[in-house]
Amino acid sequence: MAREVWITGIGLTSSLGEGTEAHWQAIAVADPPRPKVDATSFAPYAIHPMVPLEFEKQIPKGGDRRQMENWQRVGTYTAGLALDDAGISGNTEILANTNMVVAAAGGERDLMVDQTILEGVGSAPQPAEFINERLSNDLRPTLFLAQLPNLVAGNIAIVHKVTGSSRTFMGEELASVSAVEIAARRIAADQGDVFLVGGAILAERKDVLLVLAGAGWGWHGDPVSVWARPEKGGGATLGSVGAFLVLEAREHAEKRGRTPYARLGTVLSGRSRREPGQAVAVATGQFETLRREAGDRSLGVLSGATGILQPTREERDWLAGLKAEGAIDTVRAMPNMLGASVEASFPSMVALAALSLSKKAFYRSIDDTGFEPSATTVPDAIAVNVWGSWRGEGMGLVLPA
Amino acid sequence: MASKVRDSRGRPVVAITGMGVVSSLGVGLDENWSALVAGRSGIKRITRFPTEHLRTTVAGTIDFIEDDKGDLKLAIGELAADEAVRMARIGTPGDFPGPLYTAIPPVELGWAARRRLYDAGDPGIKDAYDRMCAVAEGLNDRSQFERVMYGYVSEKLADRFGTKGSPISLTTACASGATAIQLGIEAIRRGEAAAALCVGTDCSVTAEEVVRFSLLTALSTANAVPEEAAKPFSKNRDGFVIAEGAAALVLEDYDAAVARGAEVLAVIRGAADQNDDFHRTRAKPDGSAMIDTLRQTFDDAGMHPDEIEYINAHGTGTPENDKMECFSLEAVFGERLRGVPISSNKSMIGHTLTSSGALEAVFSVKTMQSGIIPPTINYKVPDPTINLDVVPNQARKQKVATVLSNSFGFGGQNACLIIAAEPA
Repeated sequence: MAREVWITGIGLTSSLGEGTEAHWQAIAVADPPRPKVDATSFAPYAIHPMVPLEFEKQIPKGGDRRQMENWQRVGTYTAGLALDDAGISGNTEILANTNMVVAAAGGERDLMVDQTILEGVGSAPQPAEFINERLSNDLRPTLFLAQLPNLVAGNIAIVHKVTGSSRTFMGEELASVSAVEIAARRIAADQGDVFLVGGAILAERKDVLLVLAGAGWGWHGDPVSVWARPEKGGGATLGSVGAFLVLEAREHAEKRGRTPYARLGTVLSGRSRREPGQAVAVATGQFETLRREAGDRSLGVLSGATGILQPTREERDWLAGLKAEGAIDTVRAMPNMLGASVEASFPSMVALAALSLSKKAFYRSIDDTGFEPSATTVPDAIAVNVWGSWRGEGMGLVLPA
Repeated sequence: MASKVRDSRGRPVVAITGMGVVSSLGVGLDENWSALVAGRSGIKRITRFPTEHLRTTVAGTIDFIEDDKGDLKLAIGELAADEAVRMARIGTPGDFPGPLYTAIPPVELGWAARRRLYDAGDPGIKDAYDRMCAVAEGLNDRSQFERVMYGYVSEKLADRFGTKGSPISLTTACASGATAIQLGIEAIRRGEAAAALCVGTDCSVTAEEVVRFSLLTALSTANAVPEEAAKPFSKNRDGFVIAEGAAALVLEDYDAAVARGAEVLAVIRGAADQNDDFHRTRAKPDGSAMIDTLRQTFDDAGMHPDEIEYINAHGTGTPENDKMECFSLEAVFGERLRGVPISSNKSMIGHTLTSSGALEAVFSVKTMQSGIIPPTINYKVPDPTINLDVVPNQARKQKVATVLSNSFGFGGQNACLIIAAEPA
């Protein structure tokens, strides 16, 4: 007696703009679509930079804005767009019972403080003491709060008055899958009627790029199609994305007269140790479940492939096999347009899948490898597939409402 | 076929069948429990790093574990989970039949790693991060950077214990341990898992973390006698003492546990969490968020506050927390609160942050099992505005069958659990 999960609100911010319409125009209407890339500011890495946002539109109090760094501001701002879109902003009764599941990493470091310490510590007679002294004198008290992952949810509660249960998941791409999965399962099982689910990442952060670099995952220079990257050494181009969904029990949405973008079907998170073939084995099991659930509907795929060598190659070959079997139709790797968006990856692509179904049209492609031919028909349902850069395989089914 | 045990809402009952713990008091339940009931403190002077220029120089560090993982929170998380899984006698080694929920702190590169990268770099690159990026990419030391993946600890625990599905790493700041348990409760109630492994682990005592909490004036600066620094509910309380620890609980569907002949240590009757919307580090002055969380927890458990026989307090020892916790409890319990023993494990183990809710859930169960309530130590100067039976300074022999465990965290995170010896 599982309850249906409806997607009744979408908040999206990225290099392509703000809101669903801007994203639709940029990826589905513009011909050809043009990704927005900054290849110089963080060279050798390019990024997809966040469009300028007028934070005061969603975070009116200056005091609130000052308590956050940009990553939390983007999350809080984008969450506000989703609440607006679902028509529940300001509805204190619903907001008090709206639950959050946020996917997050840590916040910004103070790069100037780190710079000062690294420049000075080498010549300090007592290095550890030097670091203590600088940190004690130079760190801003508010920065710590801006670094805590759960303070995205905390700020959403303060700014937008979302005060139901509140959980923050960490763990890169997989956290973004689990966040949607857990929210959907709780709705289906009557453990909550309304959920605000999502995450945010800012690519224009050198502390984030350092991890990408150290893991050997950074793509150098101008982006090329992610499907072309495995043969060129592999690598991801990060993109700034904020993505929040309002998920709602069907009866709750109907009672307040809302029509959804789409219905969220099964979401499955999985894991493997990523020895060759293991990710495909996990994904194959997930796909069988989703394919069955989709029935005789044609199935498009939005992929989170980032271009990192092993997972991208394995996913590409696996999807090619599914296409050859006729199990899926058209594939679109969204990171070609948005960049790799880690904690925002799964919710952003579920949002784009729901948008596509509500528009009854599909996305264009900028892939030049031949892997993403133009869609001749509009898919009846969309599978969203996200594999983590390091670990975690997740898939979700988005169906017409 | 045995009749199905259900709670007052017709849901599967959640049993606790295994527990493990590591704290500054030692490794394992026995070592920890004997220290707690003896009123012994695990707080000591920090020796891990120099403390010059730091306002706080005491902590509950774990310095007695051989960290063979290169990650202390993983090492102690494994120890706690191993103890819990063995106690539950569930599954086979490396094949735990359920999901994993892990409460962990945020991770980042430490100063040692940053310095190594910077020093190995091209002095011609002035920007420190550009310089470190270039070196880091050249080294391609995947294992170091795997350790700064937020999913790392959970993934390694999942590898070791063979939990099912993808592990969830979570944070709700200082309520995280309780949240990990809540996720397990919800999965079992949904009928989607017969068992769940819930872990909290935190080893955050670094100079930078001490500075961060000091800047928020959250830490005690009573450095003179380390064991006496943590003073929950006392008038002279001046902050919490940062500490390290891990705890793990095996949760199971009650029927499944009984069917396989497992010893049921306790059951979880109810849980709830709610996000305060007032301030990033302070509770709403009217206590409404904490009060609502408590009421929802009772509602979820189908219980009345009169049925609670002991409260395992969040009790951090900050002026703000203890005042608001007491205030909120008074609002929910009324006059009867004066007669309910309430104690703070943090007076002895300090505040283990992310893992504290998990440790305190474990100690709540031990309290029921042993018939001994651990004390709130360092209670020398009563706060006249906090009129509670805090089980001062000495453990008390008293049988309790129901416990309320509170966890409150930065970001307005409030989470409560009600644990009982038996199903309702």
